[in-house]
Amino acid sequence: MSAHSGTAELPGLGTTLARGGGGPAPVRIVVAYGFWIFLLSDIIMFSALFASYAVLSGQTNGGPSGHDLFELRHVGIETLCLLFSSYTCGLGLLAVARRRMSGFYLCFALTFALGATFLGLELSEFVGLVARGAGPSRSAFLSAFFSLVGLHGLHVTAGLLWLSFMVAQIAVRGPRDFVRRRLLCFSLFWHALDIIWVALLTLVYLMGAR
Amino acid sequence: MLGKLSWSAIPFDQPIPMAASLFVTVGVFSVLGVVTYKGWWPYLWREWLTSVDHKRIGVMYVLLALVLLLRGFIDAIMMRSQLAIAAGGAQGYLPPEHYDQIFSAHGTIMIFFMAMPFVVGLMNFVVPLQLGVRDVAFPVLNAISFWLTASGALLVNVSLVVGEFARTGWLAYPPLSELQFSPGVGVDYYLWALQISGIGTLLAGINMVTTILKLRAPGMTYMRMPVFCWTALCSSMLIVAAFPVLTATFGMLLLDRYAGMHFFTNDGGGNFMMYINLIWIWGHPEVYILVLPAFGVFSEVIATFSGKQLFGYRSMVMATLAICVLSFMVWLHHFFTMGAGADVNAVFGIMSMIIAIPTGVKLFNWLFTFYRGRIRFEVPVLWAIGFMVTFAIGGMTGVLQAVPPADFVLHNSLFLVAHFHNVIIGAVVFGVMAGYYYWFPKAFGFTLDRRLGVVSFWCWLIGFYLAFMPLYVLGLLGMTRRMQHYADVSWQPYLIVAEVGAVIILCGIIATIAQLVVSIRTRERRRDRNGDPWNGRTLEWSTASPPPVYNFAVLPQVESLDAFWVMKQHRPATPPARYEPIEMPGNSPNGFVTACFAVVTGFAMIWHIWWMAILGLVCAALTLLAFGWIERGEVEISGEQLADDERARLRTASPA
Repeated sequence: MSAHSGTAELPGLGTTLARGGGGPAPVRIVVAYGFWIFLLSDIIMFSALFASYAVLSGQTNGGPSGHDLFELRHVGIETLCLLFSSYTCGLGLLAVARRRMSGFYLCFALTFALGATFLGLELSEFVGLVARGAGPSRSAFLSAFFSLVGLHGLHVTAGLLWLSFMVAQIAVRGPRDFVRRRLLCFSLFWHALDIIWVALLTLVYLMGAR
Repeated sequence: MLGKLSWSAIPFDQPIPMAASLFVTVGVFSVLGVVTYKGWWPYLWREWLTSVDHKRIGVMYVLLALVLLLRGFIDAIMMRSQLAIAAGGAQGYLPPEHYDQIFSAHGTIMIFFMAMPFVVGLMNFVVPLQLGVRDVAFPVLNAISFWLTASGALLVNVSLVVGEFARTGWLAYPPLSELQFSPGVGVDYYLWALQISGIGTLLAGINMVTTILKLRAPGMTYMRMPVFCWTALCSSMLIVAAFPVLTATFGMLLLDRYAGMHFFTNDGGGNFMMYINLIWIWGHPEVYILVLPAFGVFSEVIATFSGKQLFGYRSMVMATLAICVLSFMVWLHHFFTMGAGADVNAVFGIMSMIIAIPTGVKLFNWLFTFYRGRIRFEVPVLWAIGFMVTFAIGGMTGVLQAVPPADFVLHNSLFLVAHFHNVIIGAVVFGVMAGYYYWFPKAFGFTLDRRLGVVSFWCWLIGFYLAFMPLYVLGLLGMTRRMQHYADVSWQPYLIVAEVGAVIILCGIIATIAQLVVSIRTRERRRDRNGDPWNGRTLEWSTASPPPVYNFAVLPQVESLDAFWVMKQHRPATPPARYEPIEMPGNSPNGFVTACFAVVTGFAMIWHIWWMAILGLVCAALTLLAFGWIERGEVEISGEQLADDERARLRTASPA
């Protein structure tokens, strides 16, 4: 992984580089690239659950359907929280790049608060559903609903833990190279959760509430 | 306090499982005892358990695979012996509930814990060396991947002693695998073992894709990569694309079993055919995850021992990529009988036949590489030729079953069993055995005994044909798979022949073990001094055997395909005036410790010991966080030491 200095001696350097012959990539590229591939695999895992939801969404077993259960206003607030949290996350990264640490802490505190609000709202929705007798074991539709939305919620929870860990690392170790690489990965992760949420909002809530 | 776990979990009342569990327990404890007595723990901990060196991890993967090959094979020979005697009214020696566990364990172990670790181990060991770099992209993650795979293997084997294993076949189809029909812990052992090892495999795949795409020696363009690296890339991309589906599918089955959900149940609106679709969306690519690297091994072996560049390198790469894509478009051919209708079945039938075309391209490329080559009949070449003949037969019986009406007749018969053993043994097992012999001197610095290698090959080849050709006939006669006994005594002679075949394969396995023992004892005579025992073509042969921890003192400059071969023709190796110091990642117990907690969590979940599961999960997370807190320790290797090492290497390499 060490930086390489000898490429200049190669003949036909331009074409060699273009075909991927430039030698090992620097660590920052390798880490971000690997993390992208992880995110892709994560999205594939979600896609399996999306597919299952699509198959089972009509199987209400005589119980309530999405039309009976979903409250779009509630979901709308959740969505706004999550999308704004990504905005503040991005601002936080910019602040680190400019070494404005107080700006970073403020942005990441906001990100955490918005993410936690999202989670709280989701949890209150789940509790409400279970209280109405529409728990995950009621029907195949509800099993798929709780699993898909719950898996996203678990990812947000993991993201919040990771966020706290990153804030602690920045506070103790400062914005060193390896910490900033991790920060970049975290922000990729946090944005990927938005992408999944947008698909989830459309497929589960908007199409289900009709 | 201990969930469902009690003394009744240990099968005291059943002689065969009890004997097996005693055997395993005594075996494990005697190994641990010897290690403790000899005081090898510090060495093992320092050099292996905490190692993040891709070569060490690769060797451990292969060792795991070889041990589990024995376990899976014992299951196989028990089944063959049962069926050789259980004809007419006879019930044989295995009761149905035990026989069902054996065929489930055999399939699970052979695919997930024999073939997978073997293939991933070879990739781990070989790919960075072939790419001319010093390690994989994420060395610590690599160790975590291995130890998670080993955790899964451990859990499967714990089921032998404590509790039971699944009786649901190697893919645990619902509704049989649902709580209603399988209330025991067997299916849970299956699910948790595979979830844990599956995460390990996924991480290994991500690591390998990143390594191949981002870390290659200067000058190594994509079209200068050795074919084995291409196949490793495609195989790893398939891992990244397919294993998350497996995780999700098993996750849903776990939710059904643990949280009373209705994904695949008969009631509540569940749909068990969805499981079968999802599992094969993983399962068919899995076939190619295993077989593509085996194709890669054969490509390397045939080119090296023919003394020629591989015929049609570009077409080989294209064929590999075509198989990689097509493998996701054929899953439904595993259950044409689902009744999806003529149109759907026709599409999947045609797609399945199309996949034979790139595979055929590969076979012709190998044939033309042999053509007019100076072939040296070393052991890997024998495996390669045995593979080409056997795989051609297995491929043809596969295309036969791609025709939906034919499949309706052959579905779930022994014809199918014969077919997939024909391709998996004929390609994957022969491939990894060829790779094992071919790269062994690179890993350990001495060659394996040739004579015993030849014996092993012929035993496997003859044993394979005797064991599986009768199964084709039996399938056509109407014998279905997974039968514990049968009424039709006219099947018995075929099954006795199959048993003889299995015994001959056993001789092949014994020959492999003997080969290892003999070779270690006579290693001084069989030292590989210059690091290039086969007159190789790719970069792994340009460094010492075994390679130093940093692989290459100076990263090689690649100017063509078969880089090392061209280097040997054109310029003698001249050591540089000065060596740049190298930073290598230091050891890390992260993988080992995390995996220990993964075992605890898995075991606790299987037995519903909730406090222990939470404890294990929290400890695993804390371990990862604690190691994440520390900046990765790097060990610097100075320029002077590199110069000393290189001088020593060149001295032993030059002819005395």
